[in-house]
Amino acid sequence: MRREPLLNATVFLGLLAVPLWAWAVDEPFTITLATRVAILALAGVGLNLALGLGGLVSLGHAVFFGIGGYAMGILASHAQSYSALIEWPVLIEGTKSMPVIWLVAMGASGLAALAIGALSLRTSGVYFIMITLAFGQMFYYFAIGWPAYGGEDGLSIYVRNGFPGLNTLDPIQFFAICYVILGLALWVFSRLACSAFGLALGAARQNAERVMAVGIAPYRLRLVAFTLSGVITGLAGALFADLNRFVSPVMFSWQTSGEIMVFVILGGVARLFGPVIGAVVFIFLEHMLGGLSEYWHIYLGAVLLVVVLFARGGIIGLVAGRERRHD
Amino acid sequence: MSLILFIEQILNGVQFGVMLFLMAAGLTLIFGVMGLINLAHGSLYMIGAFAAASVAGLTGSFGLALIASLAAAAAAGALIELTVIRRLYDRDHLDQVLATFALILIFSEGTRWAFGSFPLFLEIPPYLSGPVTLPGGIEYPLYRLAIIGVGLLVAAGLFALIARTRIGIQIRAGESDREMIAALGINISALYTTVFALGAALAGLAGALIGAIQSVQVGMGEPVLILAFVVIVIGGIGSIKGALVGALLVGLTDTLGRVLLPAVFSQFMAPQAASSVGASLASMSIYILMAGVLVMRPSGLFGKA
Repeated sequence: MRREPLLNATVFLGLLAVPLWAWAVDEPFTITLATRVAILALAGVGLNLALGLGGLVSLGHAVFFGIGGYAMGILASHAQSYSALIEWPVLIEGTKSMPVIWLVAMGASGLAALAIGALSLRTSGVYFIMITLAFGQMFYYFAIGWPAYGGEDGLSIYVRNGFPGLNTLDPIQFFAICYVILGLALWVFSRLACSAFGLALGAARQNAERVMAVGIAPYRLRLVAFTLSGVITGLAGALFADLNRFVSPVMFSWQTSGEIMVFVILGGVARLFGPVIGAVVFIFLEHMLGGLSEYWHIYLGAVLLVVVLFARGGIIGLVAGRERRHD
Repeated sequence: MSLILFIEQILNGVQFGVMLFLMAAGLTLIFGVMGLINLAHGSLYMIGAFAAASVAGLTGSFGLALIASLAAAAAAGALIELTVIRRLYDRDHLDQVLATFALILIFSEGTRWAFGSFPLFLEIPPYLSGPVTLPGGIEYPLYRLAIIGVGLLVAAGLFALIARTRIGIQIRAGESDREMIAALGINISALYTTVFALGAALAGLAGALIGAIQSVQVGMGEPVLILAFVVIVIGGIGSIKGALVGALLVGLTDTLGRVLLPAVFSQFMAPQAASSVGASLASMSIYILMAGVLVMRPSGLFGKA
């Protein structure tokens, strides 16, 4: 087990060192790749909370990623065109300020996660997987069918939103924002995992009956975990939209849900740095294999199959050994 | 809205529902017997459609195309069962989801590599094209009527297979107690491969039949797969009867919602706004239906609680 903290520290510092090096030798594309890694890892940290700690196999986390993205897209597009979002009963205007957009994205995705969770958590197992997938698809078709914000074509934002005191158009400064947020999210995750709440959640994953027998309601634990998980993934969606300055219904698609899940699994489920390592490997594979062949998804599929069938516990499991059994 | 148009839409809904049943029946059988969630079922649908389109392009025979779709999907199903799927029966659902997600990536990109990104077309044969006049003076495409017929025939055959034949008995026994039927001397792994290939063949048939109405392209399977999930969640996982009822419910809700909702909204909204709000809501209607069923019966209409 001692190898895992070492691996985590290496990866976390490496994720900082690579863009700093790229900044020094003026390679903005590499900085953008590292920013993508940080943002996708953040989305994975969100899912890992539900999937790893709570054992909730959600195939619909694209919903929260997309809501975060559209929160940014809608607010920024109104600010861009100087039109009000709502005029009645209160005047709400668009904004180009990142902190405000983040709050709205987190609030909206949290509400959505609360509603979807309240319905989906009535079921478990395969039903839960299928229902979260179906809710994701519902939002996807809604985003395609709603013409006010671009419909199928999506929304373009011409200038990246601002953060007080920073120039967000400078790749390294935008990377710094994403990196700090990722660090904060990882800290929250590690605190949660060893809090009373996290322990109860893990217990409910292992044996819901025993948890109920000591007087804790698994449904409420899971609902809170699912909502928090949605909030984090929603924030990642807002950052991702800002990175690309573009949002489209693709953010809601089931492939997005699948990819977020792949980060978590590739790295290692329920491991603190699982999603980070998964996102690093995913982006690396995408970059390397994408250069080799147009059909790189075949190789990705093969890698994923091998990991699932033979390397249980993901990459962290391979390097640092299987997690100790607590039961 | 005229009555004739309404009946036409009901028939469209039934046709859509029957196709969903072919997909959902395979999924629910595979889940019921092996306890496996198979995301790659949509890929088998796609393989059926591609096999049909290529054979029809080579030979010009629609009948041969249908046979090819059944054979290709069953073969692909048996192949992945033997190589990958059988390692997943003892795993948790998360591993099953990921491994079958990986299979989707491999199948989709493999098909794109072999056939290119442009859609193929499968022609409706001359003896099934053109409209037919139903009692009451309703004109309806013969091909869609044939799809309804084939679907209902397959449904009846499936019910007979499960209720009346030896393999049906084994399938039902496998659903209730896997270890016991293995102990009684049934070759359980052969049974699993058979059930998987049967489900795959049904998906392939659905793909070929729909391929003649829509275009045959990579990624055609996944939207249908997700609708089939909605169907079996509504009907109750593992229940063939539930799959049939759920499929018809979803097919009718989706088709009628698309026609009726914009008309309802146009009563009290401007036409343009009504059509966009109506269309958005219609695309969500089946998920609202699913949420409603779950609130009342968390394990579906015919599921075991």
